[in-house]
Amino acid sequence: MSVLHVTSPHVHRPFTMNALMRHVIYATIPGLIVLTVLFGWGTLINVIFASIVAIAAEAIVLKLRNRPTSFSIKDGSAILTAVLLALAIPPTAPWWLTIIGIVFAIVIAKQLYGGLGSNPFNPAMIGYVLLLISFPLEMTTWVPAYTTEGITSVPTFAQSFAMIFGSVDRDIIDGITMATPLDTFKTYAGNDLTKLQSASVLQGNIAGVGWEWVNVAFLIGGIYLIARKIITWHIPVAVLSGVFLFAGIFHTLDPDSYASPIFHLLSGGTMLGAFFIATDPVTAATSNKGKLIYGALIGVLIYVIRAWGGYPDAVAFAVLLLNLCAPTIEYYTQPRAYGHKKANSGIAK
Amino acid sequence: MSRRIWDIPGGIHPAENKQQSLQSGIIAANIPTELIIPIQQHIGAPGKPCVEVGDNVLKGQVIAGANGFVSVPTHAPTSGEVTAIESRPVQHPSQIDGLCIVIKTDGDDQWVNHSAINDYQSQERSYIIDAIRQAGIAGMGGAGFPSAIKLGIRPDTKIEQLLLNSAECEPYITADDSLIQERADEVIAGLKIMQWLVQPQETLIGIEDNKPNAIAALKQATADSNIEVVVVPTKYPSGGEKQLIYLLTGKEVASGGLPSDVGVICQNTGTAYAINRAIHYGEPLISRITTVTGDAITNKGNYEVLLGTPVSTLLSQADAKFDKTSRLIMGGPMMGFSIHNAAVPIVKVTNCLLAPTKKEIPEPDAEQACIRCGSCTQVCPAGLLPQQLYWFSKSNELEKAQHFNLADCIECGACSFVCPSNIPLVQYYRFSKGQIRKQEAETKKADQARERFEFRQARLEKEDREKEEKRKARAEAAAKKQAAKKAATAENTAASESGSTVSAGTESTGNTATTKLKSTWASATKRWKDAEKALKVAEKNGNDHIDALQKKVGQLKAKADNAKSLYDEAKLANAENADSSSSTSNLTTPITPEQPITPQQPATPPTNDPMQVLKQASADDFNTWKAAQQKVQEAEATPSDGVDIELLRKVEAEAKEKSVASKTAMKEARAKEKEAMQAKKAVEDPTKQLKLDAAITRTKAKKALKALESLGEDHASYGALKTAYEKAHTAAENAELALKAAEEA
Repeated sequence: MSVLHVTSPHVHRPFTMNALMRHVIYATIPGLIVLTVLFGWGTLINVIFASIVAIAAEAIVLKLRNRPTSFSIKDGSAILTAVLLALAIPPTAPWWLTIIGIVFAIVIAKQLYGGLGSNPFNPAMIGYVLLLISFPLEMTTWVPAYTTEGITSVPTFAQSFAMIFGSVDRDIIDGITMATPLDTFKTYAGNDLTKLQSASVLQGNIAGVGWEWVNVAFLIGGIYLIARKIITWHIPVAVLSGVFLFAGIFHTLDPDSYASPIFHLLSGGTMLGAFFIATDPVTAATSNKGKLIYGALIGVLIYVIRAWGGYPDAVAFAVLLLNLCAPTIEYYTQPRAYGHKKANSGIAK
Repeated sequence: MSRRIWDIPGGIHPAENKQQSLQSGIIAANIPTELIIPIQQHIGAPGKPCVEVGDNVLKGQVIAGANGFVSVPTHAPTSGEVTAIESRPVQHPSQIDGLCIVIKTDGDDQWVNHSAINDYQSQERSYIIDAIRQAGIAGMGGAGFPSAIKLGIRPDTKIEQLLLNSAECEPYITADDSLIQERADEVIAGLKIMQWLVQPQETLIGIEDNKPNAIAALKQATADSNIEVVVVPTKYPSGGEKQLIYLLTGKEVASGGLPSDVGVICQNTGTAYAINRAIHYGEPLISRITTVTGDAITNKGNYEVLLGTPVSTLLSQADAKFDKTSRLIMGGPMMGFSIHNAAVPIVKVTNCLLAPTKKEIPEPDAEQACIRCGSCTQVCPAGLLPQQLYWFSKSNELEKAQHFNLADCIECGACSFVCPSNIPLVQYYRFSKGQIRKQEAETKKADQARERFEFRQARLEKEDREKEEKRKARAEAAAKKQAAKKAATAENTAASESGSTVSAGTESTGNTATTKLKSTWASATKRWKDAEKALKVAEKNGNDHIDALQKKVGQLKAKADNAKSLYDEAKLANAENADSSSSTSNLTTPITPEQPITPQQPATPPTNDPMQVLKQASADDFNTWKAAQQKVQEAEATPSDGVDIELLRKVEAEAKEKSVASKTAMKEARAKEKEAMQAKKAVEDPTKQLKLDAAITRTKAKKALKALESLGEDHASYGALKTAYEKAHTAAENAELALKAAEEA
């Protein structure tokens, strides 16, 4: 009789990393559907295209690094990165934009740091920030949402495909795009009160037109993740609380210059950031207390950059800045272990 | 009244798989033909075998005695013959063999004389605790800590809660469950004995809510007592001692502390049953209930099995399909370890034998990268950050791992269970713990070495300092002596010089020789006096060698007297010598006109040594005689008228006589000189003895030091040796002091 000599525990929860990544991707489906309905097929095409690029980039680098290729690709982390980045960029983004973003995210931000689990920064957000800084025009042109007043149709599949892969003139694309609610608010807030009040894009049912539903969809996906115990509530709740608290304070002080907390929570990438980006475990804090601090600071930074920074949205910057702080937060938020009067803190002497 | 349950943090809910082994009642296991009984089935020191190969033993007979405080005896589980006492494979995580007593069973199962303790409450508590210890009872939950130690609390320790751990939270295991279901009264009887022993304020039984039958049985058995059955939610690892204590009392056992520090004692269900058997029946712990389960087992169930039964025997009885199983696990699937050999015996802590099929518990998947998902953090019952510990363990940052409380990990395996990357986290922690233990041992060793080195350094410095001081003192004394000597010599020289101006030639030489002898006499006398002084000092200091010193003083006195007489004689001899040499010259000069015989002796410069003078004189006389003899022979050979042969012959005879006389004088002088030398040596003797003494003690001290330096870990003998060394060192110092005193004297 030959017996296997392994140490305890002998049983494992049948839940693999692949399943974990898959569930996160499932959770983005509501948001993806809403984005497709409101802005046309562009996002869906981008998600699929980005995934293919990501797998290719990952495979090539793994090969160069002499790592098991299919074993590592199967973990699903590259696809998740691609999905998150594709959800964040405009549906009109040209193909080369996606390639640049994905290759930078996978090759530079992830694999060159040692691959899965070793990257200090969220790869999707690194790719996003690179694109935002390098190609600000392409990265900020969104077609108007379907629910916007006066909009009767969204780009068809062929139109979306042509905008991404064809040679549709940028002028034509620019002609049909319009500013997002966050953009509009930033432009008029504090200087043109009449325009701010009359801007149709700001007159949604609960917040900015179109984006309110995108955020609600991502919120639903996020709740699914918490219910499945794939993420804990700490980071999303802290992020949203941070945004809500700061927006609340300033909106109360000066409603004409500062948007309402509900508007901030349901605009731009707030929900996507809170549930899908900030919770990337590799780059976040891990103790529950650390997660609260990490999330709250992201929330505050999102608001600060939106309100006073140079960019209309700020999720990517806020997350990356806190990625920098995560290891330090970790050292000072050790939980109190059983049998100890108080938690150890700081770095070992 | 519903009791508050303090929920433990973390925890997991693995598939329970308990029903499979609960389909029948407790099954009596067969008595195997051979029992292999390890002498260590508990935490602590292994027992000492007290039987020999060939002995016939009876059931319940002690075969290995307890060896130290944290140790329990081992008993023969049935009657038979001891066939071997040797190393056999045992249940060791590292597959290390252990010393076992092998019994060939005779099938009679004949008991040794044993009797119950009637009315234990009328006995001394210590007597009952000793009875529990003598019954070989050690915690049967897994760790195997001797139960008597747990129960033998100090009188000033107040126990608030006595807990019976019936949680049995590991999947598959139902040993305690079935025991309670069938023998709840006996378990409770054992618990009552413990209750009487430690007098707790309350007695609680913690049991998970997935054992309804056992709960009912316990409730019935405790109906008329003050024992409370507390049902806790099923969650692994609520059956961990620390976890159950928190669940039932809200108390945390301090890190590194004992439950009794917070007024709690927690005992296992099987232990309570064993205590009951030991006190009410007088039966030692020789069997236990072991769950045999897993899909590779046909007859799953709980077996009451004799300790020492080989796993293979039990598995055969349960009809195990060996080809179906991929591993054999002793203990549960969460914390048990796989065994490599089915000859391994069942021991006191073996609560389960699990033989799963490959499908049931597949081979572990390949380890993937940690994505820091934090699932492990969420399930850790000890409140640790398992993935941080993993990173630190992986990069061998032991200090950081310790800072993150690695030592508080109970190795429950919950973190590994949930890890989506299949990382064997517990394995990493075990490795790091081992590394830390090793490092600590090395640090301790290094500290001791450093301490020893510093001690040695200090000692050497002290010795150097003392030596230097001694050297200085000696140099000073020597300088003084030298100065005194110089002064004396100067006086002497002045005296002899004034003498030599008057008497010239041989006379002056003779004078110097006698002067030397005089000084020898003087120094001999001085030495005698010095020795006398040393004797007085020694007498005052109570030295061991007073007798020897006294003898020496007597001898020295004699020598000094001798030297004096020698001097006197030498003086006389000197005078004679002077006469003889002058007579020789007187004789030769006129007789030999060509001066064939040249008196040579006076030409030699006056030597300082009287012996030298005598020698010279003797040699000269001999030469003179020989020359005279030659002259005679020549004259005889060539007779000539001018030479008076007769006269020559007479001269030759006289010279011969003279030579013989001077030779004898020299010999005598030499003997005397020898004596004088010996006298001189003798003067030095007492100091020599002391020197020898000092050397011996010094060597002893050095040897002690060497032993001290070669000694390492053992503190106790280190201290003893240190004292021994210090004693030897002091003795050496004393000896040296005595020597110094003697030398100065």
